Amino acid sequence: MTAEVTPVVEGFFDPSIPALLGSRCTDCATVFFPAEETWCRNPRCTSTTFDSITLSQRGRIWSFTDAQYQPPEPYVSADPYVPFALAAVELEAEGIVVLGQVASGFGVADIAVGDEVELIVEVLYTDDEGDKVVWKWKPIKGADNG
Amino acid sequence: MADDKRVAVAGVGMHPWGKWGRNFVEYGVAAARTALADAGIAWEDVDYVAGADTIRNGYPGFIAGATFAQALGWTGARVSSCYAACASGAAAISNARAQILAGLAEVALVVGADTTPKGFFKPVGGERRDDPDWLRFHVLGATNPTYFGLYAQRRKALYGATDEDFAQVKVKNAAHGLSNENARYRKEVTIEEVLASPIVADPLRLLEICATSDGGAAVVLCSMDYAKAHGITNPVTVNAVSTVTPTYPNTVIEMPNFATDSSVSVAVGERTFRSSIAHAAYEEAGIGPEDVSLAEVYDLSSALELDWYEDIGLCGEGEAEQLLRSGATAIGGRIPVNPSGGLSCFGEAIPAQAIAQVCESTWQLRGQATGRQVEGAKVAVTANQGLFGHGSSVILAR
Repeated sequence: MTAEVTPVVEGFFDPSIPALLGSRCTDCATVFFPAEETWCRNPRCTSTTFDSITLSQRGRIWSFTDAQYQPPEPYVSADPYVPFALAAVELEAEGIVVLGQVASGFGVADIAVGDEVELIVEVLYTDDEGDKVVWKWKPIKGADNG
Repeated sequence: MADDKRVAVAGVGMHPWGKWGRNFVEYGVAAARTALADAGIAWEDVDYVAGADTIRNGYPGFIAGATFAQALGWTGARVSSCYAACASGAAAISNARAQILAGLAEVALVVGADTTPKGFFKPVGGERRDDPDWLRFHVLGATNPTYFGLYAQRRKALYGATDEDFAQVKVKNAAHGLSNENARYRKEVTIEEVLASPIVADPLRLLEICATSDGGAAVVLCSMDYAKAHGITNPVTVNAVSTVTPTYPNTVIEMPNFATDSSVSVAVGERTFRSSIAHAAYEEAGIGPEDVSLAEVYDLSSALELDWYEDIGLCGEGEAEQLLRSGATAIGGRIPVNPSGGLSCFGEAIPAQAIAQVCESTWQLRGQATGRQVEGAKVAVTANQGLFGHGSSVILAR
């Protein structure tokens, strides 16, 4: 069986790097994630052209929580359900906070606001077409997490 | 006076919140009839109907104004239907108020009602890969409580909030709602009971996250001239309705987004979105937080009520826990918050909720809030925030 690995959502991240995919306005340099490719959302900018960019792969936790109860569809849960943590992570260079699940094996007891994390890609679920992968935030071991 | 931007609240009414499982139209009509009776105004004298839409009840929910008007009996009244997430009810009030202030209508009926499914709110059906509300569930499993959990955890990290503080908000609101006949949950709880309930989205527990409810609320608004001519003396008045959008860049992550706006090329503004909502209402009413007697705020979670204390100016940033612990926000305190019992006792019936805040404020300002009256209440402020940049704040006075 030749199952394929595909991102659970198109255009949000490149699993081969791995990195989040965003865009930068060619006029005002504002960054967008998910990528904005039609009109700049800076109210003082009328640009319609954007560069594709990859976002910083490391950031610091703005806040975090977890999902002790199984989220409803269209979330595809493992059976039995395994709770997971989520973190909103501040990317300094982009001036943006990005939400993601926390890497498998890490819970809310393992993280704190301000901790450094890095982007990884993990399987979210597997269906008939193969593995569906998603970006996750992984605590950096040995980082200066105060 | 020429610059009088007030409209009168002629009548208010609700259908009790619960999990009744019946058609939402029934709750809306019951609330509307109660509000009309409270106003002493006949349905046929209403010349504008503003419906707050529900997105989980099919086509009749998308055109709620006409749905309620038809159920009450067609009269040829002008109509609008609008959806603004949790602010839908206030947006409908805003529509009605604008019609009255423009002199295009004298009496307006505003109605919102909902029938909700059990459990977490989930996106409406169908596979919609271009809808952030669908994608956040599919890609991240991010429910509404996920976002509430993020805010709560940040309060702990930045301001030293404790699990006991969050539980205390629930305890306070449960006590407030005990005798409110329109509330769904009327049961006292202790801090220990709250802390013993299971964690849903760390650090928030089951008893600290608002349920989804069925319910309906309605208000009858009229011009000050109409009130005077029809013997409605000393009415509660709507002095401000704020429905402002965020300003760019919005740097607080909000439902249903994957990320914030970027602050890399545009400086972050003076106020967060949540604090700008009430600020605009205060400016419009020409008053400040120090003039307020009570507040009804959107406690989607117990911790979120603490955020609101700061966002509506009851205290400075990082001081909400102190305000709570002082007892100031309980009935009998300096500035009671959610004397109705709040979402904690009601659960959320989305299009009815912002209208319900106005109903409670009206009863409080009239001195009719039996069992939960804020003594000598003169000014009330409401506040809420929903998805996709909708929020609202209404200031009422008497």
